[in-house]
Formats: sequence, C-alpha cells, structure tokens
Amino acid sequence: MASTLSQFGFSAKLAWRQLTHEKAKLFAAVLGVLFACVLVFMQLGFRDSLYASIGTLPNSLQGDLFIQHKQTEALWRAIPFHRQQVYRALSHPDVERVMPFYIGQTPWKNPETQAKRTLMVLGAEPSDAVMSLPGMTATAAQLTRENTIAFDTLSRPEFGPIAALLAQGPVDTEVNDRRMDIVGTFRLGASFAADGNALVSDQNFIRIFPNRLPTMVDIGIIRVKPGADVIAVRDALRGLLDENVHVFDKQGITDYEFAYWKNNVPIGFIFGFGVVMGLVVGMVIVYQILFTDINNHLNEFATLKAMGYSQGYLYKVVFASSVYLALIGFIPGYFLSLGLYELAESVTYIAMPMPLSKVISVFTMVLVMCILSGCLAMRKMRQANPADMF
Amino acid sequence: MTVANAIVVQNLTYSYGEGALRRPVLKGVDLTIKAGEIVIMTGPSGSGKTTLLTLIGALRAAQEGSVKVLGQELAGASQRQMIQTRLDIGYIFQQHNLLKSLTAAQNVAMSLELRDGLTTAQRRDMAHKILADVGLADHVDKVPAQLSGGQKQRVSVARALVAKPKLILADEPTASLDKVSGQEAVNILKKLAREQGTTILLVTHDYRIHDIADRVVELEDGIITPAKPA
Repeated sequence: MASTLSQFGFSAKLAWRQLTHEKAKLFAAVLGVLFACVLVFMQLGFRDSLYASIGTLPNSLQGDLFIQHKQTEALWRAIPFHRQQVYRALSHPDVERVMPFYIGQTPWKNPETQAKRTLMVLGAEPSDAVMSLPGMTATAAQLTRENTIAFDTLSRPEFGPIAALLAQGPVDTEVNDRRMDIVGTFRLGASFAADGNALVSDQNFIRIFPNRLPTMVDIGIIRVKPGADVIAVRDALRGLLDENVHVFDKQGITDYEFAYWKNNVPIGFIFGFGVVMGLVVGMVIVYQILFTDINNHLNEFATLKAMGYSQGYLYKVVFASSVYLALIGFIPGYFLSLGLYELAESVTYIAMPMPLSKVISVFTMVLVMCILSGCLAMRKMRQANPADMF
Repeated sequence: MTVANAIVVQNLTYSYGEGALRRPVLKGVDLTIKAGEIVIMTGPSGSGKTTLLTLIGALRAAQEGSVKVLGQELAGASQRQMIQTRLDIGYIFQQHNLLKSLTAAQNVAMSLELRDGLTTAQRRDMAHKILADVGLADHVDKVPAQLSGGQKQRVSVARALVAKPKLILADEPTASLDKVSGQEAVNILKKLAREQGTTILLVTHDYRIHDIADRVVELEDGIITPAKPA
C-alpha cells in the first residue's frame, strides 16, 4: 500500500521536524538514551568479561574428564581429596592416563617493589604437560628443578614487570616467603578469582605450601584412550569412584564453574539488575520527554485531527520520535562505551570484547526501551480533542 | 459532487453533562446554508455557536436531530465517516494553531499530505502559490515564531484553503488581531473563497467584518433567531 507507506514517511518527517525544533530538549533526550546505553553496555561488558574469565582455567586444562570434590564450589577454592580416587580411575580399561592437579593461593613478592600480592599457583607433574598454556617458555626439565616457577605475563602489573626483567637476566622472587627462580612465562590471564597465575611442578607446589599433603589433590585430570566414548567413561567412573567426588567432562566442569559465578555468587544477578535499572531509568527519561513534548503540542495535534488526520497517524508520529531518539542516542552511546571498555580493560586487565552480537542486542534493548516509553506517552495523545479547538 | 445545500441542520439539540447536571446548549437548531454562500453567525457568548460549529465540522458527534454537511449525515456517523468529512472542510481557528516546528510552507502542505496522488514538489508549489495569494510570498520559509499575528492568521487561511475544501469553518478568526490585519485576513479569505466557490460559515463578534457576508444569522439561547439581511 503506497499510501500507507507514504503516510508513514509523512509522520516520520513530522516527528523529525518536531524533535529537532527544540535543540535543548533534543539534547536532554539524547543524553537520557545515551546514559541508558552506556549503563547497559558497561554492565553487560563486565558480566561478559567475568563469564569469559571463568572459562579461562578449565579451558586450559588438557584432559577429557575431571574429578573434583563434591564440596568444591569453584576451582579457586577447591576442596582437596585423596589422590587414590584419581588413580582408581586407571582401573577403567579406556582410561589412558591420570594426572593429579593442585591449586593454591599465596602471596607473591614483586621483585622490584617487594610488595606482596596474592596470586593463584597451579601445580602439576611437569612431564604431564596437562596445561597447554599458550606461550609457555619454561621447559619441563626447568620446572622439575627444585624451587622453579613459571609466571603468567597476563597477570596484573602489581606482580612486577617479570617479562622485562627476564629479558635482562635470571630473576628470582619470594612465593609464600620461599625463594623461587622464575624460569619462564606463559599467558593465561587474570580473572575475577585471581589477579595473577603461576605454574609449578607438584614437588615445588608442596614446597611452597608446606602444610599441603602430596596425597591430597584438588583436581584429577583424566585422558581417555583415543576413540573411547568420553561420556560412557565418565558415567562408568561415576559408579567406580567414591560418592564424595564429581566426574565431569570438559563441558561439565566449565558449566559447574559458571553456575558458581552465576548463582552462588550473585554477580550475574547484580549485573543483570544493573542492566534492568539502566533501561528503566532511560525509559523514564524518554517517557518524560515525549510526554512533555506531546503535552506542549496538544493543540497542534488536535488541529491535525480537525484537518482529518487520524489517531493512528499521530501515534505513528510518537512512534517515529521514539525510534529516532533510540538511534540518535545509541550512536554516541556506542562510541562512548567503546572508549570506556578500553579504559576498563586497562584498569582490570580482564578483556572486555565488543562483539557485533552485543552491539545488536544492546541496540535492540534501547530501541524497545524507547518504543515502550513512546507507547506510554501515546496515551496522552488521546486527549488531543479537536472539539476543544474552537 | 455538487450539492445545492452545503449545510442542512434540522432540529438539532445538544447537551453537555449527565443526569441532573445536564445542560442543554442547542435546543432545536434549524439552519440551511447554500453551496457558495458566505454566512456569518453571531450571538452572545454561551449561546452555543462554537458547539454548533464543532458539530458541523464533524469534530463532535451529534446527539439528536440532523446535521447534513456536504451531503453526509453526521448524526450517528462513524468515526471513519467523520474523519472523511473533515478532509473536505477547511478550519480557521481563533488562535492560528500552526505547528511551531514547521515553516509556513510546511504548515500549509500539511493540509495536502492527506491527499493521494501529489508529489512532494507539487505540494510545495501549491503551498507557495497560496502563500503568495495571501501576500506571504517572502515568508514561506519562516517558522510561526518569526511571523506577526496577522501573518500567522494568513498562513492559517492559506492552510485552510490550499486543498480547495468545499466548506470553510472559522471561529473568531479576527479576535486576536488588530483591526487592519483582521480586515486583511478576512478579505483575502473572501476573495479566495469566491474564486474557488467555497462555502464559508464564520462565527464572529466582530461587526466590522459583517460586510463580507451574504447573510448574518444569530444564535441566541440555543436557537437560530429569524434571519436578518446583511
């Protein structure tokens, strides 16, 4: 229907002219939308980077199945269990290899400033190469030596410029007050659970944590034989091992970590709440502005009705106004958020990506927010009564 | 459509309020206006002039009696029929009621956007032409805030006339204007209406403009009193 289409064009044109007529008001409306945009972008950004950082550790563990204590809420605070459980898994014919894995938190002394800060120490048999850590420069032989450690260069800068120091010569520092030689680096990344990471052999792990028993491990990593059915092995192991441990596949351990951050720690809720609040505040601002605008132009709208314009046409004007506001507010909001993401990355050392999917979903939210405000404001439009014009 | 009578009102009554508060305003109005006639309606305030005008203009639904405007019976008409009838009527209000965000030409063109089959350029040309006819050729691109009261009312005259309506309804069009600009506005209105053969029903207290009318009718206490020659 060409006439319907052109009528929509007319109402959009009128909406645009009315919006741009009063620049100060338009500016206020755009600020409202921009505010909502930035708030939603930041909340989603923090949430997504949190979620992304959760997967970092489990994803880097090279294994098919994982054993952890049922009381373990999250890897950074794992409850140790006896390594017998891990070795017992070897009795399954499809299990190729088992690898005990240790996780601990301990202070690390910045070799430059001598300031101490807690990081996460991961321990494994070096020859297991359980961790396919990108950029690992330390060899298994180096890590097998007494008192050696590898450092995560994506840790926060408070741990010291380790990579730069290593380039100049050998570096040592104190980890849990024990002198350790830094023999190499890798790249894992800081997360909400750990400001930094370091990797040691199982022997050195016990040296750093003298009150930990070598018999008590935090995770058991299992590699199954090539061609074996991982899920079937998992289910078989669940029957084989004690009641007090979980047996997860890779997806399972990642999901378990996610569930902890999403539910046990109400961080997911907090960010979701922030998104909703941002949208509500934005909606109220846009509603206020559209409502006042309609109220101020009530006699103009009534005049249009007297001239033969339908109620529907006037609704379209309000609708078009809200779509325009969403568009005009979103564009600066997007660029401002992009800058703030970079700022946040430089402060938190946690990646905050801006994928297209996020841009689209935030725009959709802001658009729906503006249209809802428009629908609320439209009710005022019904009061435009042409009979009152004479 | 040629109709001999532009407006036929028969035994029209209208009341405001409900129940005990019911207050009749029109008490059996009979009024016939021939096509092409220019009629002025006077009467004391509160006599129901404006109510009658809004009923004829299809802005208010008639309750009892008959209101036939341009051949369409408005008593009991649907909202759709009323909106359709409004398209054939040009309105001039006491206040100019121009859209503040639009230029004079854009305001006038608003009357044309509801008509199918016109290009943007045609609408603009028609708006410019009629604005020239009302003496505002140099002011087409000004917004209402940049125009004087008389100029604004002439823009609203142009807006009412541009779509060549069959009927013009005007309520106190000179009330907010000084003598000279008021006289100017109604003279232009009369001249252009005569050229287009448009019927005009004009409500006014302003006796200075009575001379433009073919006929003056008086509404008093809800009924039309016997016609007086202009």
